[in-house]
Amino acid sequence: MTSPQQFLLPDVGEGLTEAEILAWSVRPGDTVEVNQILVEVETAKAAVELPSPYAGVVSTLHADVGELLAVGKPLITIDTDPSGEVAVGGRARQPDPQQAALLVGYGPQESGTGRRRRRPAHAPHRVEGDGPNRAAARTAAKPPVRKLAKDLGVDLATVAPTGPGNTITREDVHEAARRAAPQTTSAPTTSQASETRIPIRGVRRHTAAAMVASAFTAPHVTEFITVDVTATMRLRELVAGRREFRELRVTPLLFFARSFLIALAKNPEANASWDEFAQEIVLKHYVNLGVAAATDRGLVVPNIKGADRMSLHELAQALAALTTTARAGRTSPQDMTGGTVTLTNVGVFGVDTGTPILNPGEAAILAVGAVRRMPWVVQGDNGDERIEPRWVAQLALSFDHRLMDGRQGSELLADTAEILREPGLAML
Amino acid sequence: MAHAVQHPPSDTSLADPPVQLLDPSGKLSADVRLPLDMATVDLPALYRDMVLARRLDTEAIALQRQGELGLWPSLRGQEAAQVGAAHALRGQDMVFPTYREHGVAWCRGLDPVSLLGLFRGTTLGGWDPYEHHFNLYTLVIGAQTLHAVGYAMGLYRDGSTASGEPDRDTAVLAFLGDGALSEGETNEAFIWAAAQNLPVVFFCQNNQWAISAPYSVQSQIPAARRAAGYGFPGIRVDGNDVLACLAATRQALDQARSGGGPTLIEAVTYRVNAHTTADDASRYRPAEETEDWTARDPLERLRTHLQAVGAVTDEYFTDLEQRERDLAERLRSGCRGLAEPDASSPFEHTYAQMPADLRQQLREHMEFVSRGPQDGERK
Repeated sequence: MTSPQQFLLPDVGEGLTEAEILAWSVRPGDTVEVNQILVEVETAKAAVELPSPYAGVVSTLHADVGELLAVGKPLITIDTDPSGEVAVGGRARQPDPQQAALLVGYGPQESGTGRRRRRPAHAPHRVEGDGPNRAAARTAAKPPVRKLAKDLGVDLATVAPTGPGNTITREDVHEAARRAAPQTTSAPTTSQASETRIPIRGVRRHTAAAMVASAFTAPHVTEFITVDVTATMRLRELVAGRREFRELRVTPLLFFARSFLIALAKNPEANASWDEFAQEIVLKHYVNLGVAAATDRGLVVPNIKGADRMSLHELAQALAALTTTARAGRTSPQDMTGGTVTLTNVGVFGVDTGTPILNPGEAAILAVGAVRRMPWVVQGDNGDERIEPRWVAQLALSFDHRLMDGRQGSELLADTAEILREPGLAML
Repeated sequence: MAHAVQHPPSDTSLADPPVQLLDPSGKLSADVRLPLDMATVDLPALYRDMVLARRLDTEAIALQRQGELGLWPSLRGQEAAQVGAAHALRGQDMVFPTYREHGVAWCRGLDPVSLLGLFRGTTLGGWDPYEHHFNLYTLVIGAQTLHAVGYAMGLYRDGSTASGEPDRDTAVLAFLGDGALSEGETNEAFIWAAAQNLPVVFFCQNNQWAISAPYSVQSQIPAARRAAGYGFPGIRVDGNDVLACLAATRQALDQARSGGGPTLIEAVTYRVNAHTTADDASRYRPAEETEDWTARDPLERLRTHLQAVGAVTDEYFTDLEQRERDLAERLRSGCRGLAEPDASSPFEHTYAQMPADLRQQLREHMEFVSRGPQDGERK
């Protein structure tokens, strides 16, 4: 006999009801030791790694990454006697007497059957036998009709048969498909649902809460400027060719960030927060520059601590580290707290600019658009005007009108643009 | 340019370097403030107990993550403080722990499985306090300092101090954390202990963090300096140095037993893990700080020293590894085997003779329990 043991999701934090699967450390077929880390889960309190209560071979992972699992539901099945024969009949084993003594959370439990097939992650609960097969057994249809039903996304169990001997015909299937989707009979879908409901959780939930809090607390003003960044792009090439930058990605964003930091030093009122409780404006004498990063898990805004004191080289390193960490989903809560001002690069998506919403607690956010070749009016040395193709980008600055007025916001934006237009001004 | 600090600095920045006998590189040195006769120190036993205390802790955390315990407060990083202090005790001395003194419990000879019951919810205690002269864990922060002072008052009145008889003279060792220093109970205990010159030693493991509150928001001065205000000596030792902790506790207990009154020992150490398994320390403290302290690991420096002076053989380490494995297995099976309490037990330990109205409540409760879980209730 094999001996499949089910490990039920425990309550790891005093009264939690669910956890989200962050990452599996094992796969079916892997041999695991007692206390070997199986999975990382995120609860309302923390991300924690769960160690295996069993030594054996992993049979089944009961939840996919990203899935929210209720405490007490099966997490993983581990066969503690994999060399044994497969249990016949899949009958439930006698409950483990130890189970009665399990008072806290759920934890390990002897599994009911010897099934090895992976349960679809979205199945609400198990039923005896296999649901769709059982339904299919009650319906009679020729194989080509079954294929048609599958292609049209029609569940045969829902089709009324009109053929001889209560069989389902092609016409029956077409009729069912027409009833299911009256407007779009021509477009085959794999699902009868006309809408998909996605649970709001994780980063999405966090982003939503932060954006609502910001949008309805801070009165936003957004200003725009279009700037010729040809000189900056030339400088970028020069810097990228230098030996100490060889290992680094010298992106336009690096220069946008640097110009913004230089302009901030001249306009420190933008590097501040509004303390409603104390009725004070808090000017920060350091800049923790947030950089919005799109990741698989959603938007995260880690910040570079002390960005104002960094050389261009240090800033390039910090930017690279920040994006690598964010993409790997390893940004720590600490990386995301304490930001003072934010930069968001919407240009990577090919758009010109946007009206960014402030990161809660900050007074300014700069959006930078795509750097494009554009016709631009250029003045020659003799004062003649002509049109030339130049590198041009748009910047948008949103600021909190409680802390700053149009003048300060405009000056910060204009100063940033001025350095991008003529980076030599940074020497001043 | 001035750079605002987001997290208040660690306690170590509050000056007064702690007394240290064994430095992080495993080098032994002497200090006139803290004499220690090395002939009386069993180094291999100290290391063994620190390793096994850590293993006990690691295994309990795993059991919590497997759903076998509701909660576990980790001692990781504080092994030297606990084992050093515990090795200074005599059998008759009485210990009043917090809820984190698993290393002291281990050294006192408690069955380690009995430590798990409270956190599994099978008991409100778990052991007989008199059997190993180790009181029950106290969850209320600082409350045990008053229990300890009360016990010390009893010792004084029984004539169990300053008699000059080594087997009779007894001291009390009260453990507390840095957070407890801000509690009213602790201050009352300090005042009472000083006023009556009681045989009690307050051993404060300053692990820098009272859950999420750093020590620097609780005090402008090192904890040890506070003792002077109450009128008894305070000493600040490196809590990751098992020898400094042993020497300081020995000295203080000797003084208490001989009628010399209380001492406050501040062992400067660090809570490497989160406050408990239900806490996430990354939300309030920088990872760099934890890494910095992990590099000052108390086990590593004693191991380095043992190997440098050739105090132990390879066989000692092999044997210790086996003992660790045995302990882990015993904890795993022992935890799952802990007896489930009877539903009537909370009623039975309140009164010597149960009053009629409580008997009525007990009957109703047992009737309710016998009905079993109703629909919609979690088992």
